Amino acid sequence: MRTISLAIFLFAFWLALSGHYTFALVGAGLLSAVLCALAARHMLVVDPEGHPFQLLKGMVTYLPWLAWEIVKSAWAVTRIILHPGLPISPTMTRVQASQRSAAGIATYGNSITLTPGTLTVGLTNSELVVHALTRDGALDLESGRMDRRVSKFEGTL
Amino acid sequence: MALLIDVASGVLIAAGCFFILVGAFGLVRMPDVYTRAHGTSIIDTVGAGFLLMGLMLQAGWSLVTLKLLFVLAISFFTLPVVAHALAQAALHENITPKLAEDRRTRALGKDAPTGTGDESGKA
Repeated sequence: MRTISLAIFLFAFWLALSGHYTFALVGAGLLSAVLCALAARHMLVVDPEGHPFQLLKGMVTYLPWLAWEIVKSAWAVTRIILHPGLPISPTMTRVQASQRSAAGIATYGNSITLTPGTLTVGLTNSELVVHALTRDGALDLESGRMDRRVSKFEGTL
Repeated sequence: MALLIDVASGVLIAAGCFFILVGAFGLVRMPDVYTRAHGTSIIDTVGAGFLLMGLMLQAGWSLVTLKLLFVLAISFFTLPVVAHALAQAALHENITPKLAEDRRTRALGKDAPTGTGDESGKA
């Protein structure tokens, strides 16, 4: 099932990148997509982590939310950078990641890093060490708002 | 309609350029490695994001737009990994961050026996 899905995704990717739709080329694309999917299956990498298509449904609502978070905090950091006094208060903290899977924790850590003003610098078990540009940014993370949102995203499997 | 799209893409490209410039300012103005990384993360996210969205409007409904979308998606998946690796490497080299407050030793919800000693000893 997952192998078939992988083959379909690979073939769609081929179609998107090729732009030439002759029989020979599309056929070659189909053949190589199927061969790649079979090879991946043989290497045992077609698992929920290697081809996480179960996350697609949650992505639809999670990505816009994350994009808005990024824009908000990017604007906040922009104001700090352009402020003559450079009002930063660098703070390091650690937060608990409540996600169950490795992919979920990785999503949380990457989301923190993608959001300007906060940066994941370390990870032990399910604890993230975070460097924040301002104290407020660190406190916002400690409140667990983003953690809950990522867990919700993970829960939509 | 074409004019409207041109104006919208012009605004987006200008916004992207503005944020890239701000990110560069941040890189120069911030005091240490970790805070500089915050400056550049603006370039990675909103800078590149707005710029690519403006270019997508210029490309219209074509494969180019789709490829630009792939560029955006791939950068959004890979850049945080790079930023994380950079910051962790700096921490491993014992480059002490200039901090206003260190809250790494704070107690967590289900915290007590494991993990804490290792954490505070690292930096």
